[in-house]
Amino acid sequence: MSELIDQAVAERALARALANGGHFAEVFAERRRGQTLAIDESRIESVQSGAEEGAGVRVVDGNTTYFAHVDGLEPAEIERAADEAAAALRAERREPRPLQAREVTPLPIEHRPEDVPAQRKAEMLRELDERARAKGPEIAQFTASYAEARRQVTVANSDGLFSGDDRTRTRIGAQAVARRDATVETGAETLGAHRGFELLEDDPGQIAEQAAAKALTLLDAVPAPSGSMPVVVGGGFGGVLFHEMTGHGLEADHIQKGASVYVGKLGEQVAEPLLNAYDDGRLPGEWGSDAIDDEGRPTQMTQVIEDGRLTSYLYDHLTAERDGVASTGNGRRESFRHLPIPRMTNTYIAPGEATPEGMIAEVERGFYAVSFGGGQVDPATGDFVFGVSEGYLIEGGKVTSPCRGATLIGNCLEALAAIDAVGDDFFMKTGICGKGGQKVPVGTGQGHVRVRAMTVGGTER
Amino acid sequence: MSDLSTVARRAVEAATGAGASDAEAYVSRESGREVRVHGGEVESLTAATQSGVGVRAWAGHRVGYAYGTDLSDAGVATIAAQAAEAAAVADEDEFAAPPAPAEIEALPGLGDPSTAEWDTGRVAELALSVERTALESDPRLVGVEAAVYADADEQVAIASSAGVAGEYESSTCYAYLQALAEGDGARETGLGFGLARGPRGLDPEAIGAEGAQRALAMIGAGKPASRSCPVVLDETVAASFAGLIGGGLSAKAVQRGRSPFAGRLGEEVASAAFALHDDGRDPEGPASAPFDGEGVPRRRTALIEGGRLRSYLYDTYTANREGGASTGSAARQGYRSLPSVSASNLMVAPGEHSLEQLLAQAGDGIYVTDVAGLHSGVNPVTGVFSVGASGRAIRDGQLAEPVREFTIAGELGAMLGAVSAAGAVPRWVPFGGSVSTPPLLVAEMAISGS
Repeated sequence: MSELIDQAVAERALARALANGGHFAEVFAERRRGQTLAIDESRIESVQSGAEEGAGVRVVDGNTTYFAHVDGLEPAEIERAADEAAAALRAERREPRPLQAREVTPLPIEHRPEDVPAQRKAEMLRELDERARAKGPEIAQFTASYAEARRQVTVANSDGLFSGDDRTRTRIGAQAVARRDATVETGAETLGAHRGFELLEDDPGQIAEQAAAKALTLLDAVPAPSGSMPVVVGGGFGGVLFHEMTGHGLEADHIQKGASVYVGKLGEQVAEPLLNAYDDGRLPGEWGSDAIDDEGRPTQMTQVIEDGRLTSYLYDHLTAERDGVASTGNGRRESFRHLPIPRMTNTYIAPGEATPEGMIAEVERGFYAVSFGGGQVDPATGDFVFGVSEGYLIEGGKVTSPCRGATLIGNCLEALAAIDAVGDDFFMKTGICGKGGQKVPVGTGQGHVRVRAMTVGGTER
Repeated sequence: MSDLSTVARRAVEAATGAGASDAEAYVSRESGREVRVHGGEVESLTAATQSGVGVRAWAGHRVGYAYGTDLSDAGVATIAAQAAEAAAVADEDEFAAPPAPAEIEALPGLGDPSTAEWDTGRVAELALSVERTALESDPRLVGVEAAVYADADEQVAIASSAGVAGEYESSTCYAYLQALAEGDGARETGLGFGLARGPRGLDPEAIGAEGAQRALAMIGAGKPASRSCPVVLDETVAASFAGLIGGGLSAKAVQRGRSPFAGRLGEEVASAAFALHDDGRDPEGPASAPFDGEGVPRRRTALIEGGRLRSYLYDTYTANREGGASTGSAARQGYRSLPSVSASNLMVAPGEHSLEQLLAQAGDGIYVTDVAGLHSGVNPVTGVFSVGASGRAIRDGQLAEPVREFTIAGELGAMLGAVSAAGAVPRWVPFGGSVSTPPLLVAEMAISGS
């Protein structure tokens, strides 16, 4: 794989970055290209393509990072960014180590999306539209979108690292609005991967039908209940529960600033022994996977919970250096215009032995959250909230009425410890995670999971 | 004419040269810096410039878009050609047409010389002072997760084959911190923030004190009992809800049947205590500009007045669909995005009550100072919401113990109808877009706690 910038250019920029001192310097070069289109009111619209390239240079001196970024990959521009990053330092020049190129094998892409004519993508969206509307006249509105994005990156640092990656992600999303008299409901579904157009060669239209079915189901929904009760969370995107509840609190920057409820909990029993969980940036083809992280470190599988015991935090280069450990390959950035920070990749609860039916049958009165619209946590207090996009009542061990307007709320440590069943029906879903103003693609996954008690905040009076 | 306008004009010519029947180019250049401090030290210092062009091309009534960072002649030509190519993929839409040029009135006061005058050391000192104020306020204030100062100066130019031409420059800056307090065996966080045109407009001590006070106030918080009760929304929470309402008033959402306000024009949608307008030219508004994302003059639009729905927000396309005029509400997230309908500065009209009076009127209820999960807990199509919240109990008309880990739930329309009073002092808040709002008293909301 050829790199975006020459080794000699990177070496020069690193030397200039350390001209006024600093113990670490890094050049991150990136070329990004993408295309998106959408269908709305059965019309193809918002057809757009974009291309951006640029570089970010950082110099680290003690606890302080100096960062500058520029558009374009011209050597003069990259050197200008290096000079700018170094401008505020006043120490002795340091010499970077000579660069050692490391060969990286990017994740395989069978069918490059940019080689697929835009008309074919438009046809696929038309098929989604038709299949959703074919679910019945109660489908009042349907929109779907297609997005492809390619990011080629090259990283060089003063420790001698010189590496790169070539990432292509493809994703489609479908949103349906169903209407019956004055009742309006929505349903959404997505399909995405770190793969090319091959992802969409096997019946992408089913997500349109799934979105429509969700919206139709909710037409019969009752207001969600309120109060504390057992909650069974669905597989796949249900994993966002673990992502918010635990994943964010394990990111080492939160830990080092004392802004996480998991501070000092390493090695402790934080969950029932049936719980095992991982962050794995190497899962083949998954949405949150990359060959290397955005600091050039190979991604890895990190077990964060082993038999209920907390076993690892998630590190980038700087936080690892501070703790005297190795980076776990979780240094990620939205683009060359952002500094890397510890981020999750694909985070999941490993499959357990329970069956979804079995864990539901044991609940006398509870709530079944099949999927979420998203979630949010304050890692420092541990308070979290999830918006339920598809949820049902559980009554007498059976799934009964669909519910609208439910939110799950709770505190991380309590809720994590209250997981009392993990299902065997594991799968992964895609998400976009925001932190510190940066969005990155993340995978979440699990089989069905049951939480002994959680607060459901509904609108039922 | 600046070099940005030259790039815009060149892009328009390149797109029509590549076969577009009409074209528009939006060029922006932004330079900014950000200082993050932690523990009395600068944690990171970022200096950045970025520029790019976005080209919207029409092929008759089909629209395509392309953007990029390469502003060289060849780069712009490539982007323009891609936009023309993209238009061929889109379906015909009879209302898609380039905006007509209109007189653009200059809007002075968008810049602040202090941004350029204050060097990095001085703005770093501002951020350090934010952190220091919080840390020195109380022994239970154990840390600050981040204290941040950031500013940006943006130049924008637009040109189109229909004759639109304009440019402006504006600057904004902000500072905030997330303070950590400890007590009762738990950690609490508190946000303090300030917005201004330039650093001289920020009060670091007020920002630090706000974060500290918010964190300290939460020590010992418990779950409130589930019930329906009066709720006072502080400015940050009121702003988040105003932003959701502004989203529902987008004519695009309305026309496509995805808004709880569809078909309600002229109807009573709120109590008389709640009035809302959008003003893209308010001198203090962070989002103010002489023109919107497609070169249409920004203006003031009354949205809800006297409890009635007066207008939606329109860009050129949605206005064409109804045979009306744009309200100058085409927004862009920089050069990367097609213009789309969005509020500029949403302004909730202040009322006559002090916060103490609002609390007294509430009697027994909850003062909500923070909400979480808005992106997943609100259905923008139906207006049904259930979001996480924290704040203080209100007992006998006064602030009492802190409360957390509960939800407030309802439906936007019902909530608007239940607003029974507005505070007298509005504040600019960067949540829900750019919003100016006082605290609001809502007569009844569903609380789900213990």
